[in-house]
Amino acid sequence: MTTATAPAPAPTTTPPPLPPGMLTPEQAESFGAEMNAIRSRVLDELGEPDIEYIRSLIRTQRGLEAAGRVLLWAGVFPPAWLAGTAALSLSKILDNMEIGHNVMHGQYDWTNDPKLAGKQFEWDTACPADQWRHSHNYMHHTHTNIVGKDRDIGYGVLRMSEEQPWRPYYLGNPLWATLLAALFQYGVALHDLEVERPPEDEADRSKRLGLLKGIWGKVRRQTLRDYVLYPALSGPFFAFPLAGNATANLVRNLWAFTIIFCGHFPEGTQEFSEEETADESRGEWYHRQLLGSANLSGGRLFHILAGNLSFQIEHHLFPDLPARRYEEISVEVREACERYGLPYNVGPLHRQFGSVVKKIWRLALPS
Amino acid sequence: MLSAPSRPRSLRLLDAFAGPHGIDGYLEQIDPLLATAECRAEVVAVEHGTEESVTLKLRANRAWRGLRAGGFVQVAVEIDGVRHRRCYSPASAEGPGPELELTVKRHPGGLVSNFLNERAAPGMVLGLSQVEGDFGPPPRRPDALLLIAGGSGITPLMSIARTLLAEGHAGAVTLLYYAPDPDRMIYRAELERLAATHPTFDLLRSYTRAPGVGELDGHFGPEHLPAADPALAAAEAFACGPPALLDAVREAWDESKGNLHVESFVPPQPAPSEATGDGTIRFLDSGVELADSGASLLEQAEAAGIAAEFGCRMGICHTCTRRKLSGTHRNLITGEVSSTPEEEIQLCVSTALGDIAVEL
Repeated sequence: MTTATAPAPAPTTTPPPLPPGMLTPEQAESFGAEMNAIRSRVLDELGEPDIEYIRSLIRTQRGLEAAGRVLLWAGVFPPAWLAGTAALSLSKILDNMEIGHNVMHGQYDWTNDPKLAGKQFEWDTACPADQWRHSHNYMHHTHTNIVGKDRDIGYGVLRMSEEQPWRPYYLGNPLWATLLAALFQYGVALHDLEVERPPEDEADRSKRLGLLKGIWGKVRRQTLRDYVLYPALSGPFFAFPLAGNATANLVRNLWAFTIIFCGHFPEGTQEFSEEETADESRGEWYHRQLLGSANLSGGRLFHILAGNLSFQIEHHLFPDLPARRYEEISVEVREACERYGLPYNVGPLHRQFGSVVKKIWRLALPS
Repeated sequence: MLSAPSRPRSLRLLDAFAGPHGIDGYLEQIDPLLATAECRAEVVAVEHGTEESVTLKLRANRAWRGLRAGGFVQVAVEIDGVRHRRCYSPASAEGPGPELELTVKRHPGGLVSNFLNERAAPGMVLGLSQVEGDFGPPPRRPDALLLIAGGSGITPLMSIARTLLAEGHAGAVTLLYYAPDPDRMIYRAELERLAATHPTFDLLRSYTRAPGVGELDGHFGPEHLPAADPALAAAEAFACGPPALLDAVREAWDESKGNLHVESFVPPQPAPSEATGDGTIRFLDSGVELADSGASLLEQAEAAGIAAEFGCRMGICHTCTRRKLSGTHRNLITGEVSSTPEEEIQLCVSTALGDIAVEL
């Protein structure tokens, strides 16, 4: 349901001249109040259509997965292999992005349905859901684009910001990025372990050991299912489902990497230091989320496959509002940005990803 | 809550194939009743026994482990996308079978009771818990039973009466039943039939707004007991009804004898307060009870020494989200005030308005 609620009028005080994209504390507060008002309004409107939407996606995903498994069982026939691999790839993309990522943000907690509870949902990827909720929902969404705090800047393996001091290791930036893209689910899983940093003390070591055990348990179950159990059902033709499952995992990895790297690294997105964000108000937090995120333009199907992370700005402003609402919210956010003279970074996938790739190459060399 | 039985080996193998969503994540897409772990029931028939109540005949799925006479179940109903849970005592007889019967009386302003009265139809699927509570006769049945019902409090007592009569119980079963008038007496026709066909079953009705019509008159008082039978004072007594009735029954009983069992069907909902800082906060899992200071629930839990999980402390990450069982809270970000029982709340941005109970 869309409403025509007029946004609050722009502040009447004449702002002192500021660099474009900056806000005075008062402007940040009034911008924050407008964002809070959007959030409250959408929360009030949530109902049947929202839960129907996510359930129909879950139904589609489970159907695609079942179809994919059956087709790949008969994967010795090339059309079955192609169709099965496509169905399973789509299923894994939907499961991870529009369903898993969004449900785990608590976007459907208001339904009180235990199957849609953010704290209980588990997804089909190497990263255990509880570890993801910590590294993503808390660390990344609270400290978005703060160099030194947001581990999504380079995932501990890449140089994605000028603020990260250059080391010869980063000469491999393009290679490491390619490897991370291909193995993205494992990169995400190992994310919380901070492997590049030696453990501080015994407690840190045992905490990491616990995380590693959780990851190992999940990876073992997944590997057994995708690379042993299902292939075994095809007997002598086991190689076909095996290759199909591996391809589906790879397709999902590449797609998720592409969309996620377009969220915070395209040209124009900003990074922040711990000092400048130390005493930030809620309005300033909203402001930082906006400046640090970038959107992708595209059609309805594209947005669904992107888990609506193509509305990265709206997702970062309102991480716990159901993602299907981001499109309508984006109209209001964009309008507010114009009034406050704030940048609103949006572009088609090829342009945004192109600028990310350029950045990966550029930052391989010392600044 | 009853603990789930361990999954059969065959299901565990299927779960390994199914992955993180389990076999039920696929079966329930075909039909919600196919779920193997989650208990659900389908409405198969709907009857309006009185103008203000609805009787739902349900058929539970295979996860259901049967009914115990007098027990209650939690029923989950989805209304405009939001799942609401309420406790109801089924009125059907004890047994392992999938059939059970719920009678729901309308409460003025009651969301779920009015929804079920107006909208329940065959084919509707309800969430169901296993049977809970300790109300009802033990497996080794007492000889004589006295049942005291007020209004829709008849349901667990109906279950007990139906169970004992079906078992051919040799001892006397007496039901004292209070309702405003004959038209509003739930199960009246069936009870009259049972009384006519079972010599061991005595039905004593009191119509509080229609004096002279029933066997008894007025609200429950000790004088109704001798009117029933002096020997009844020795019977095992089970009472269910509104608080006023239960208070009167308790007063008439010599509690030291321990033969009175009561079930209250109105869950005590604390009244919301206008301001923070004047209620009592209960953190149920930690067994901590404290006077509300007005600070966020997370801060108060930490001050009480509870190692509560948290993350952003600004309402973003949902790490501190916990279930509120009862009470009213205010969300500090949206200013929204909610008295909905059993909802997930973010402790870091919630304050209490009056008494509140949280699973923490």
